[in-house]
Amino acid sequence: MLSYLNKIADNFGPLGKKGIVSFERLGRSALFLLRVFQSIPFVFLRPWLFIQQLYSVGVLTIIIIFVAGTFVGMVLGLQGYNILVRFNSESSLGTMVGLTLVRELGPVVTALLFAGRAGSALTAELGLMKTTDQFSALEMMAVDPFKRVIAPRFLAGFFSMPLLAAIFSAVGIYGGYYVGVYLLGVDDGAYWAQMQKSVDFHEDFMNGVWKSIVFGFVATWIALFEGYDSVPTSEGIGRATTQSVVNASLAVLALNFILTALMLETS
Amino acid sequence: MSNLIEIRGLSFNHGFRVIFDNVDLDIERGKITAIMGPSGTGKTTLLKLISAQLTPRSGKVLVEGQNIHDLGQADLYEMRKRMGMLFQSGALLTDLNVFENVAYPLREHTTLDERMIRYLVLIKLHAVGLRGAAQLMPSELSGGMARRVALARAIVLDPMMIMYDEPFSGQDPISMGVLIKLIKTMNDNMDLTSIIVSHDVKEVSAIADYIYIISNGRIMEQGTPPALEETTSAWARQFLKGLPDGPVHFHYPAPDYNTDLFETE
Amino acid sequence: MTRQTLEIWVGVFVAAGIAALFMLAMKVSNLSTVNTGDTYEVTAQFDNIGGLSIRSPVKASGVLVGRVSDIKYDKDYNVAVVTLSIQKRFDRFPSDSRASIYTAGLLGEQYIELVPGIEETYLEEGSDIIMADSALILENLVGRVISEIISK
Repeated sequence: MLSYLNKIADNFGPLGKKGIVSFERLGRSALFLLRVFQSIPFVFLRPWLFIQQLYSVGVLTIIIIFVAGTFVGMVLGLQGYNILVRFNSESSLGTMVGLTLVRELGPVVTALLFAGRAGSALTAELGLMKTTDQFSALEMMAVDPFKRVIAPRFLAGFFSMPLLAAIFSAVGIYGGYYVGVYLLGVDDGAYWAQMQKSVDFHEDFMNGVWKSIVFGFVATWIALFEGYDSVPTSEGIGRATTQSVVNASLAVLALNFILTALMLETS
Repeated sequence: MSNLIEIRGLSFNHGFRVIFDNVDLDIERGKITAIMGPSGTGKTTLLKLISAQLTPRSGKVLVEGQNIHDLGQADLYEMRKRMGMLFQSGALLTDLNVFENVAYPLREHTTLDERMIRYLVLIKLHAVGLRGAAQLMPSELSGGMARRVALARAIVLDPMMIMYDEPFSGQDPISMGVLIKLIKTMNDNMDLTSIIVSHDVKEVSAIADYIYIISNGRIMEQGTPPALEETTSAWARQFLKGLPDGPVHFHYPAPDYNTDLFETE
Repeated sequence: MTRQTLEIWVGVFVAAGIAALFMLAMKVSNLSTVNTGDTYEVTAQFDNIGGLSIRSPVKASGVLVGRVSDIKYDKDYNVAVVTLSIQKRFDRFPSDSRASIYTAGLLGEQYIELVPGIEETYLEEGSDIIMADSALILENLVGRVISEIISK
């Protein structure tokens, strides 16, 4: 009997340890976020730090957002047309493309691409800074790395995401327009009019914007924390970067469900 | 008071591993004090404890009579402006060039104008012999050059003390010689107090005024370099002479060789 | 890269993002067709509102003049009480106007059509529309047609 219990303990012991470690990390990440918040006012005194990060987080991500948005919009146009034409309602193509992009695909796909491009870069950068003692060096120069390094990056990610998501949706709508109207012959006026009729400013557009703000917040937080909390070795940076992309993507997908449920509830 | 730093009863754990157990240590003002010991004995940890990047489990680190671990962030940062630290990797900020790296503490903590900053930075870079490298990026520097730039950065605010973390490891003989000379001349000319953490016995003995040897969380031996030459401790002798066998055995603990080899089953 | 080129790129990025947000708001969503100006509220009682919901359009001669802002059930009279928010600039609906629930197309969304009456007084804040036609329920209609065919 006792040996059975021992066996169970042997099997679940590591699991329990893992549980404690994950709670510890969760706690650390919350404290991390708190310190980031405390350091944000400092960024307004040094806007140049923020602008620099806006470049590496926002501008460098814009190309893949542009390309991905175009293709996603074109696929929506193609698929949407082929489904709608069966019901003789291909004139509603605009509705379908507009609603899908503004409500779901715009914020979600942008957040996933953001985690992959900007998030992983942030994690790797912070991991490298930690490995090469740059955080310690800043501390020793009496400079708070949260104010100088982390808070500007956090703000930049938080600020970039809604803009990137809007660019994605806008480009996607034109991609759908190109396929639907130019290639497949949907009426030009109907495409825009149907879209405008069914996409509601508050319920669809604003909810999409809110989603992208939340996703930007979470994806940037995870990316920065994984980098700051990484094991300071080259292997540690690699693992942290993978973790950052995986965790941020899962968090975005799960949050998307919760946010969608909340938004449908209140509307 | 002749001691700049007094460490009393310092204990520190990393997880369940004891790194320091009730350590007392003095750093004399204006002198070069070396802290030596085998790898993994927490020499770098000691520097981080002195600069309050880590908090001890118990004990005090008195810097100019003040316990550095009792200071708030603002006071601590004021104190750190007067402490320089040279990291093993140099720890230069990778997105700034050499000039900007050295100018960084000045830009952060002073309101000097551009002309004055340039003047000060070039003086410090000249002191480490790298005035010509001012426009290079850290990725273009060799390891020894990066350390010299970091040294220029560490002294740009004219600190009262400077801590060197393994300054000689992984250096070729020429840059090693350069660093030894730099550390010595800076200490003497700039009225500095230096702490060197290292396990390079020969180099350190050449410049240190006082040496502590730590192992297993305790101070095993201490004294001036000539005094340590005469040490009676077998362990310290093995460490200082670099002998392969002694109190620290060449073989990791193992069962008897013969039994291990010929034991069937 | 110089500081200036970096600033230009960031400027381009922010401008593109704001332009995209603006385009989505004005051209894609219905913001430009929604007049968020002042409204006045009138109520109407219906036996059956069908699929009418909050934010359903209120139209007059097919033109959007307002939206449904509230739907309640009156348990004393057993009717649905619908509140209509009509834009202030349309303040010339005679007080005996009729409110009917129509369906856009056979299966489209439902909306309220206001048909003006002939009174000299006008609907105003808090007015009650007495003439209200319930929604046309497709099932009821089909049922009636079938029973007529059977009885023939």
